[in-house]
Amino acid sequence: MSTDLRTRILEIIAEQAMLDPAELKLEASPQDLGIDSLGLVESIFAIEEAFDITIPFNANEPENSDFDISTLGSIVTAVEKLVAAKG
Amino acid sequence: MNAKRRKPANPAKKPGKVKKATTLARAMIGRVIMGRNAGGLRRVAITGMGTVNALGRDVPSTFEAMREGRCGIGPLEFRDVDRLAIHIGGQVKGWNPEEYFNRQQIVLYDKFTQFTLLAARQAVEQAGLIFEGELGLRAGVILGTAAGGVNTWDENYRTVYEEGKNRVHPFVVPKLMNNAAASHVSMEYGLLGPSFTVATACASSNHAMGLAFNMVRSGAAVVMLTGGSESMLCFGGVKAWEGLRVMSKDACRPFSATRNGMVQGEGAGVFVFEDWEHAVARGADILAEVVGFSMSSDAQDIVMPSAIGAERAITGAMLDAHMNPEEVGYINAHGTGTAANDKTECSAVAHAFGPHADRLMISSTKSMHGHLIGGTGAVEMLACIMALRDGIIAPTIGYEEPDPECALDIVPNEAREAQVSAVLSNAFAFGGLNAVIALRKV
Repeated sequence: MSTDLRTRILEIIAEQAMLDPAELKLEASPQDLGIDSLGLVESIFAIEEAFDITIPFNANEPENSDFDISTLGSIVTAVEKLVAAKG
Repeated sequence: MNAKRRKPANPAKKPGKVKKATTLARAMIGRVIMGRNAGGLRRVAITGMGTVNALGRDVPSTFEAMREGRCGIGPLEFRDVDRLAIHIGGQVKGWNPEEYFNRQQIVLYDKFTQFTLLAARQAVEQAGLIFEGELGLRAGVILGTAAGGVNTWDENYRTVYEEGKNRVHPFVVPKLMNNAAASHVSMEYGLLGPSFTVATACASSNHAMGLAFNMVRSGAAVVMLTGGSESMLCFGGVKAWEGLRVMSKDACRPFSATRNGMVQGEGAGVFVFEDWEHAVARGADILAEVVGFSMSSDAQDIVMPSAIGAERAITGAMLDAHMNPEEVGYINAHGTGTAANDKTECSAVAHAFGPHADRLMISSTKSMHGHLIGGTGAVEMLACIMALRDGIIAPTIGYEEPDPECALDIVPNEAREAQVSAVLSNAFAFGGLNAVIALRKV
């Protein structure tokens, strides 16, 4: 389940960054991949749609959001939590 | 909409640019022949103003709220609001169109048109104009709106999609079209000259007023009604904005380090721009003089603002007005309360004014009435007129904590008494379209 979830998240981010999912490293930040603020908002929307979750993210204060977007790894962890909380 | 096709943000500007902008302004002023009518341009007077917004349904009540630093933002009240993530806005509460319009009018007027017509009535009444004969032929109306009849779209989409009906009211199109408000104003007053609507998102009203100014200044019209209106506080209107994740859930706090986004408002502002000599000849009370206007395009990003584009519009408005930067005592900021706008705008002002940036006042009244999107510049023009006429600078309320990237005198939380002789009004739209207007005290 966890591997599938990670794969799908990375596919979504890879599509936004126009990269091969295999090229993505979990320690990379969205900025490292050339994803700007608008690209990030679009990725978060795609993740919400894929997993039917609501991600608490405000583009004005990304660092203050409950949702940690600092690296791909932190995004995966945060999505896992939200999906688990959904039950 | 993917990352690689968008250009990166411009690198930070070099400090050397500061000198260049102000020197250029001075050089241009030096070249202007004495007298502001050089080049055959006519002077432009504001002789009437009207408004409906979350702070009040006329200018006196709006001024009073701005003087008191009162917040018009509160819980939104409309159908399905519980399905939204954002529950606050600068809504015109208790709005009942039957107080102002008859049944035949209401079926044709979306709320953005209703707000416009009420504001226009106040403005025309104050100006004391009757558009008969030659004057009607030489008068027109240019209004701004970003999205026109959003409530009408929303209600009728609900009818056909949610309720599954296959029939809509026959007036849906004439009610929702962006030019409906301008057209109804032209009909109400018999304005037979140039009339149209400008849609440049958050700069719509400033673009509209700038074009109206140029219309009167050039002699193409003697009187122009101008300003703008917006009413997208309905389920679909707010839901669309939620998508961008730039809205605040609790308050609009422009320039504060604690700011966390914009808050929508609704309403209208309408002004009478009149040929100066025409106004003087009939003994009209001139509220302020419109002296300059400038537009620029960032040509960079569909949502992220550019300090250079904003600075070019600010400097351009002063050049157009033959105004020294040191004359400007107050700027009504675009000041949306988003992380990106406020720091970019402060950087643009700092560069455009050099050392004078630390001496002028700049406030965002969106903290009180919310962001009226296409109508916002029109309501904010009121704060400019209040500053020039009454010597009262409207505050930026909700201010909690300084942000080093917004280190200007933003008139925090309380209105201030100050005599100013020249003011600017900034508007910087999504799509990188900037429009700045300059006014002088009479």
